[in-house]
Amino acid sequence: MAFDGVDFYQLDTLLSEEERAVRDTVRAWVDEHLMPVIADCYIEGRFPKELIPGLAELGVLGANLPEKYGCAGLNNVAYGLIMQELERGDSGIRSFASVQGALVMYPIFAYGSEEQRSHWLPRLASGTEIGCFGLTEPDYGSNPAGMITTAKETADGWVLNGTKMWITNGSQATVAIVWAKTGALDDSKSIRGFIVPTGTKGYTAKDQKGKLSLRSSDTSEIHLEDVHLPKDALLPKSGGIKSPLGCLTQARYGISWGSLGAAMACYDEAVRYARDRVMFGKPIAATQIQQVRLAEMLTEITKAQCLVLTLGRLKDKGTMTPQQVSLAKRNNVNMACECAREARRLLGANGILVEYHSMRHMANLESVYTYEGTHDMHSLILGQEITGIAAY
Amino acid sequence: MKIAVCIKRVPDTEMRFAIAPDATSIDQTGLKFDLSDFDGYAVEVALRLNEQNPPGEVVAVALGPDAAQETLRKALSMGVDRGIHLAAAQVPFDGLAIAHALAAELKDGGFDLILFGRMATDTGNGTVGPMTAELLGLPCVSAVSGLELAAGTGTGTAQRELEGATESLSFPLPAVLTIDEGIARPRLPSLKGIMAAKKKPVESRPAALGPIRLTIDKLELPPERAAGRIIGEGAGAVPELIRLLRDEAKVL
Repeated sequence: MAFDGVDFYQLDTLLSEEERAVRDTVRAWVDEHLMPVIADCYIEGRFPKELIPGLAELGVLGANLPEKYGCAGLNNVAYGLIMQELERGDSGIRSFASVQGALVMYPIFAYGSEEQRSHWLPRLASGTEIGCFGLTEPDYGSNPAGMITTAKETADGWVLNGTKMWITNGSQATVAIVWAKTGALDDSKSIRGFIVPTGTKGYTAKDQKGKLSLRSSDTSEIHLEDVHLPKDALLPKSGGIKSPLGCLTQARYGISWGSLGAAMACYDEAVRYARDRVMFGKPIAATQIQQVRLAEMLTEITKAQCLVLTLGRLKDKGTMTPQQVSLAKRNNVNMACECAREARRLLGANGILVEYHSMRHMANLESVYTYEGTHDMHSLILGQEITGIAAY
Repeated sequence: MKIAVCIKRVPDTEMRFAIAPDATSIDQTGLKFDLSDFDGYAVEVALRLNEQNPPGEVVAVALGPDAAQETLRKALSMGVDRGIHLAAAQVPFDGLAIAHALAAELKDGGFDLILFGRMATDTGNGTVGPMTAELLGLPCVSAVSGLELAAGTGTGTAQRELEGATESLSFPLPAVLTIDEGIARPRLPSLKGIMAAKKKPVESRPAALGPIRLTIDKLELPPERAAGRIIGEGAGAVPELIRLLRDEAKVL
C-alpha cells in the first residue's frame, strides 16, 4: 500500500482544497519517480539528476514565488507541504529543491533587480538553470559573518576570491549565488550577494567525497580564483549578513516541514513492519515496547505537524519571525532524528538495509541536524530571544 | 474538437472499507475520495486529443453532492477547460437514472466525443456510458484501449482488448466511448494547474435524474476465512496433504 501520510489530529481539515491537492500531487510524483530509484542513488552516491525536468514541470522549484516569473505562486503552507512530501522520499531531493527555491531563486527575487528577476527566475523555475548558494566557508560555518571571501570593485565590475564549502548542488550548478565582503574583512556590513555563472573563468567546483549522509545529494567545495564579473552581477538590494540570513530563514522554514516528512516516512514504515513481523508467535506490534515506541513517534510527529502548520499560517500572514523558524527547525529536525533512529531499531536487523527507508533517513537527518544552523545554534538563537543576551 | 468527459467521485480504493449502520452503504468516515481510476484515463485521452489537434475544448461533467466539485477541480487542474456539476444529494445506484441526467445535459452541447471511464471503481457497473449513448442515439464503443481519429473525416477507430485478441471498430462522430486502463497514463496535476483550476468556470445545476428503479437492499462482507491448518513439515507431510486435498477439500 502506498504512503498515506500521518494525520492523527485531522489536520487535513485545516488545509484548503488546493493545499491538499498540491500535497497529493507531489506525494504521487515521489511515489512514481523518486521511490523506485532512491535506494540505488543512495548506494551509488548519485543525485538523480534525471528527475529535475519532472520536478520543474510539476512546478516545485520556487513554488511560492509569483506566477509572473514562471513560478506556481503558492502560499507558504502549500510550499511547506511540498517540502514535506519531497523529504518523505529523501532529504537529498528536498535539499535540492530547497537550495534552488529558497537559496537561489529567493535572493534573486528579494535582493535582485527587475532585470535579474526576469532573466533568472523563469530559467531556474523551469530547471534549465540549476543554482547553488555559496555562504559557508571551511573556517566559517556557524559564524558566516566572519567569511574571508572577497569581492573587489574594479572599473568595469567585480573580482571575487575565496573558497566555499558544503555547497549543495555545487558541481551541477550552472549559476551560483556567492556571498563576499566588498570591504574590510572585519566589516560584515560589506557582505553582498553576487550572481555567478559557474562557467566563469576562475570558478571551479569539486565533489566532497566520503559522505555517509545525504548520499543522493551533490555536495561540493567551490573555489573562486580571480573570478571577473560584470557590474550587474551584484544583487543590488543585498547588504550585510542579514541578506544571506534572510535566505536561510526561507530554507529553514522548508526544512521544518521537510524533516517532518522524513519522520512520517519512518513512522509509516515502523507501523507496517511492526504489524507484519512475527516474533515469538505474534506480531511485534503486539509487544508493549514497540507500542511505546510507536506512541512516542506519533505524539512527536503530531506536535511537529501542529507547529509547522501554525508557522506556515504566520508566514502567509507576514508575521513569522526568524526565531519562530529556529524553534521549528530545531524541534522538528531533532524529532525526525529520534523517529528515524527508533524506527530503525524497531526494524531490527532489517533496519540496516537500504531496501527499508529508516536508516537512510536516519543518516540523512544527521546532516539536516547540522546544516542550516546547527541544532545548537538554534538553541542559542532562542536563548538570545528569551534573555536578550547573545551567548555565541 | 469539443469533448465531454463524464467523471465520478469515488472512495480511494486503497482505503479500508466498513459497512455503514444502515447496511446499504459504506461508512464514509475517514475515507478519502478521488477521481475514479478509469475516468482519469478518459480525462487524459480527451486532453491528448485536443493537444494533438488544437483548438478544442474539454468539459468535465460530474453528478453528485457538492463534494463532486472537488473532483471536477481535479480534472480542471489536469487541464480540462471547464466543469459542469449536476447536483444530486447522492449518486443513485441505478445507472439509467444517471444516464437520463447526463443525456439531458449533453444532448444540445454540440460534443464531438463523449468519454466515460469503463466503469466506476466503487459500483463497478459500467452501465452509465452505454445507457447515455443509447438515450442520445449515438454509437458507443465500450472498454476502449486504443483510439485514432481520422482528421477531417468525422470518423474514428477504436481498439478493444479481448481475451488473447484485439478488436478494431470504426465509428462516426459524434460518439460515446468508455475508456479502459492502459490507453494513456493520466498526468499528475501540476502545481500551476492546481492554481489555474481555481479560476476556471464550474457551473452547477440540479441533476435531472431519471426514475430510480434499482436500490441496494443490503451490503454484506464475505464470510471470514477459517484459520489454516498445519499438517506437518517437509517432504514427510506431502502424502497427508495430498490425501486431504483429495478426500477432504476434493480439489484433486
